Amino acid sequence: MTAIDPTAHLTAEQIEELGRELDAIRDEVIAGRGEKDAAYIRKVISAQRKLELVSRGVLLFSFFPPAWIIGTAGLSVAKIMDNMEIGHNILHGQWDWMRDPKIHSTTWEWDHVSPADQWKHSHNELHHTYTNVIGKDNDLGYGIMRVDEDQKWHPFHLAQPLWNFINACFFEYGIAAYDLELGKNLHKRRRKNPEFRARARAVGRKIRRQVLKDYVIHPLLSGPSFLTTLAATFTANLVRNLWSHSVIMCGHFPEGVQVFERRSIKGETRGQWYLRQMMGSANISGSKVMHFMTGNLSHQIEHHLFPDLPSNRYAEVAVKVRALFEKYELEYVTGPLPKQVFSAWHKVFRLSLPNRKPKATTPDREQELVAA
Amino acid sequence: MTSTALRSRAWKLLEMVTTPLLPSDYLDLVSPLRAGGDLRGRIEAVHPETGDAATIVIRPGRGWRGHTAGQYVRIGVDVDGVRLWRAYSVTSPTDRRDGRITITVKAIPDGKVSNHLVRKAQPGTLIQLDQATGDFVLPEARPAKVLYLTAGSGITPVMGMLRDTEFDDVVMVHSAPRPHDVIFRDELHALVADKKLRLTELHTDTDGMLDIARLGELVPDWAERETWACGPAGLLDAAEDHWAEHGVPERLHTERFRPAVVVTGDGGEVTFAATGKTVDADGATPLLDVGEEAGVLMPSGCRMGICFGCVTPLKAGAVRDLRTGAITEAGPNVLIQTCVSAAAGPCDIER
Repeated sequence: MTAIDPTAHLTAEQIEELGRELDAIRDEVIAGRGEKDAAYIRKVISAQRKLELVSRGVLLFSFFPPAWIIGTAGLSVAKIMDNMEIGHNILHGQWDWMRDPKIHSTTWEWDHVSPADQWKHSHNELHHTYTNVIGKDNDLGYGIMRVDEDQKWHPFHLAQPLWNFINACFFEYGIAAYDLELGKNLHKRRRKNPEFRARARAVGRKIRRQVLKDYVIHPLLSGPSFLTTLAATFTANLVRNLWSHSVIMCGHFPEGVQVFERRSIKGETRGQWYLRQMMGSANISGSKVMHFMTGNLSHQIEHHLFPDLPSNRYAEVAVKVRALFEKYELEYVTGPLPKQVFSAWHKVFRLSLPNRKPKATTPDREQELVAA
Repeated sequence: MTSTALRSRAWKLLEMVTTPLLPSDYLDLVSPLRAGGDLRGRIEAVHPETGDAATIVIRPGRGWRGHTAGQYVRIGVDVDGVRLWRAYSVTSPTDRRDGRITITVKAIPDGKVSNHLVRKAQPGTLIQLDQATGDFVLPEARPAKVLYLTAGSGITPVMGMLRDTEFDDVVMVHSAPRPHDVIFRDELHALVADKKLRLTELHTDTDGMLDIARLGELVPDWAERETWACGPAGLLDAAEDHWAEHGVPERLHTERFRPAVVVTGDGGEVTFAATGKTVDADGATPLLDVGEEAGVLMPSGCRMGICFGCVTPLKAGAVRDLRTGAITEAGPNVLIQTCVSAAAGPCDIER
């Protein structure tokens, strides 16, 4: 809700044409999906499992400092791979077309305290449908932060950089709480709702299993390396949390990304939905390794346009999508990781303070379109 | 504590080590054919039989329980990255020393799996496997006289029988378009030379289709013979009528490979209850295809209505059997075969 709507120059017809061009890009990838893609995800899964096995094996000797360093680094990378390139993307249904029950969104479970089915609801359904709509998409600040000048400031927001840092360290727990809609459901009446209680129990079970594995069983198996293995798994979880939080902050927070009002999505067409995804997401530029380690969420714009296309195709799709941004004179928000992380954090700090002077509300896009 | 209980305790503990994955997810990396894992097989060789048919030699996993001559096996093959399941008759004898099994596949026009297996399958490839099944098998008591009535790739289950069990008096009537289209031709002729088989080979391109009414001219004592017939629906329909007319239907055993699909029906909105997906379906598309198109993980098998690998509870509404046109309505414990059922009005499927 910046003062100037960056899509104001587009007519309704242009927006629908843009939608059709994006549909064509999508159809092309779907028609070309095949053996190479299947081989890719199988290879990544197999590599992740081997890396995790080897790292945990090395950690059995983690009383020896070099073993601690190698094992912890390996386990951190394995956990990042599990959550990002594998878990996130499989749970989006990106690989369902293979019809392999072992790599399917309905059967996959990830190394994360939020059970896959709860995450799929809050992420795939809510966040991806209502991307950046204030009041509807709680991913924006996860309900605990002020993310736009137009949101009313409250003294509570002064501490939001601190909340955000704590959330980053324990990100998987933050996500689990978020998927449970804990803030909303902790009120007395809602707490007793049987549906909420069942979901809370499922989260409890998942947390118990995850904690047992990382902080009890593997350290015990390490015998004399009990404490060092415990420290290693804690470190790996911390690294994974900080990393995924950083990557995800870059997706919708950096300067230049638009947010939307609830009113603006009423009766939204496919073209308008696409346009909102384009304006509401931001990319991270970098090397192939960088893209891989972010689970290709560095191609956040492409991912939000086509959440169910296989992640290994986003790089080629990005070239075509970027050309459309240029054609329609829209800003493609992208930059290297440090720049984007800084930009996102800068916004968190900036909005923790009241605005110096309240800015005008964005003119409603729908009305604009009618006017055009 | 018994050893089973101990083993299950140990397995539970191992599951805690590997959570959220299962120990088998890691074991599959090193030993996909082990006992106790999902049943799989490895393609070890592909031998061409005719221009469009090939025999695939498969080393089954340790959990393979063997087969009876004439049975089929469901295999799951990844074609262009997509796992597709089909059923094929086992053509190897049951006592093969090296424990391998063979299937013989004829590439049918537009057949994704058959063309892949005949022309592209590579030794070393892992496939998914089910236990052998089917009641198109020889009886325990040996019949004195046997007739095998086959056409095209319908010879495959019968070849499994021929290779497995010797009878004193066996006649085979086999139809194929041209001599070089006859699968296993050399082997059949060798059996004839050894006087183990009497064979009538019909070449339909030149001789025309077999007229069942004139079977008596080829095999005068056909009605006394225990008969196993496999081939296109037309042949089997005619045979069933013929055997029934002559009052000996119990002597005829048939195996149908493909359903005669009737294009009919209204279609309707199909709801996949477990996944919460709802899609429009026409009255001619099998619900299995409808579900797969919608991204629902549908169990599937032969895709022709024979293996029951796809049965799914029908919770509400009605479906039409594409082979017979029969309507099945929802009720308690009503299971439908999604591969040969289409929506007959709105329906609700437990998937």
